[in-house]
Amino acid sequence: MKKKHYFGRATMFLLCAVFAVMFLLPTVLTISNSFMAESEIVSNYGMIFSTTTGGYVSKTVNLKFIPDKVTLDQYISGLIKTPDYLIKYWNSILLVLPIVIFQVAIASVAAYSFTRWRGKVRSGIFFFYVILMLMPYQVTLVPNYLVSQWLGIINTRWSIVLPGIFAPFSVFLLTKFMRRIPYSLIEAAKVDGAGEWQIFTRVCLPQCRSAIFSIAILVFIDYWNMVEQPLVLLKDADSQPLSVFLSSINTGEIGLAFAMATVYMIPSLLLFLYGEAYLVEGIATSGSVKG
Amino acid sequence: MKDSLRKSNKRKDFLKSLCFLCPSLLGVGVFFILPFGVVVYYSLIDGPASKKFVMFDNFVRLFHNSAFRLAAKNTLTFSLMAVPLAVILAMVLALMLESRIPLKSQFRTFFLSPMMVPVASVVLIWQVLFNYNGTINELFLFGGNKIDWLQSDYAQIVVLLLFLWKNLGYFMILFMAGLANIPKELLEVADVEGASEAYKFFAIKLRYLSPTVLFVTILSLINSFKVFREVYLLAGAYPYDPLYTLQHFMNNTFGSMDYQKLSAAAVIMALVMVVIIALLFLAEDWFGKDVEG
Repeated sequence: MKKKHYFGRATMFLLCAVFAVMFLLPTVLTISNSFMAESEIVSNYGMIFSTTTGGYVSKTVNLKFIPDKVTLDQYISGLIKTPDYLIKYWNSILLVLPIVIFQVAIASVAAYSFTRWRGKVRSGIFFFYVILMLMPYQVTLVPNYLVSQWLGIINTRWSIVLPGIFAPFSVFLLTKFMRRIPYSLIEAAKVDGAGEWQIFTRVCLPQCRSAIFSIAILVFIDYWNMVEQPLVLLKDADSQPLSVFLSSINTGEIGLAFAMATVYMIPSLLLFLYGEAYLVEGIATSGSVKG
Repeated sequence: MKDSLRKSNKRKDFLKSLCFLCPSLLGVGVFFILPFGVVVYYSLIDGPASKKFVMFDNFVRLFHNSAFRLAAKNTLTFSLMAVPLAVILAMVLALMLESRIPLKSQFRTFFLSPMMVPVASVVLIWQVLFNYNGTINELFLFGGNKIDWLQSDYAQIVVLLLFLWKNLGYFMILFMAGLANIPKELLEVADVEGASEAYKFFAIKLRYLSPTVLFVTILSLINSFKVFREVYLLAGAYPYDPLYTLQHFMNNTFGSMDYQKLSAAAVIMALVMVVIIALLFLAEDWFGKDVEG
């Protein structure tokens, strides 16, 4: 009986390990390939992304983990020699950071309102926010485009940043976090004579610190990964974020593409290493649409 | 007198709540509600110049458009594959991490990690794997006939794998949260009574997980509508037929500035979404009562 139990656990462990390898493989391969010399890349993947001539090219693709010789050439040529990638990287930052900061800031005020006061009108509005949050981009794309035209901000980063700031995701999630704060805390502050703004800044916000961090992480990865908005709203190639630009890298520079792909995932991977617990908490809280 | 005081308090509360809500509400109004109203209007008129109401002509025209029909069909087939797989696999992952095995928290980290990797960063690997000369053909040589996966009828499978890779971690966390909500006593009683694992799963766990199953179903359905991003990065703006999505249709229609067609497509999509979301709310109410009662 006991032996059978042991066997079950071993199988389970093996299964987990297989899944783990599959989940990690793409990321690890991208990173390890970014340290390969261009000649090695060409010999491994030449037949797929070939525009180059000369050098040895194997007939089939060669997926390799460990470079023959570790080199930082791709990073140097991508980050120092040509400013292109750095500009696109900077574009990504300029698009994403304001969205994260202001979306969370505006959401925290709105979430306080949804937490503190309930009523038919407000739960109606909250319901509407949830619907809006769940809408795929195909629905909001045309409205976004029209507003940007009216305001004259089309082809500027404001056409992405402004709608992003008012996206309802943070409001929804932060409201759910705030409603967990014991009402007695707010009541006590009221008895002590605190005004609403004071209750909000002195009682509510300090309680929500970790919640705000998990929401900020979720918003960040969502927008760091964006493709649809810049494709439609930014016609200018120079203002594209790196997420879009990566796919247009000349196929002859495949080694460079690996290096830039790695550089692009660094911020979110760092956030993950530092804030995995917050991320998990944020996801778990989003797990139902009821407020 | 007391009554009128309460009334004025209520009004004051309402005004205060509006004060806190107004920055967000204003933004949502300007950037989403107002323009969506215009989109609905556009979908009902025949052109920006003549502004004549044509009722459902634009929708009829849309349904006759072959590109739109292809996109709708592709989205439907993709969702039909992606949603059940996502729900079942995510649940399996969560259940696996519930058993007593070593390195559990590391496994969770690994399963969740793809969520943090921008799709743009890993599409290169996908291209290497599924190219005509790629690794998958090399390893599995399907009957000796190599295929160029992204240019074949199986193209959706390539995207499906990327979709699952990216989304399973998120869904798994939702299931783990659901599993944590199951009352421990119930499972202990089942253990004492000598219930089998299968019985415990179907009679207790699945029953308590049903709201999560539903939520993940809806969420993966919505995410499967967003798969354009993956397709675009893998196959570009004009992919092989099975990969043509609604977002491709809209992006390419923007080129011709046909607002009537675009608006009609957006309105249809919004209606479909509202129906799906309403089902979610109804079912969440229903399941919630079932578990609590």
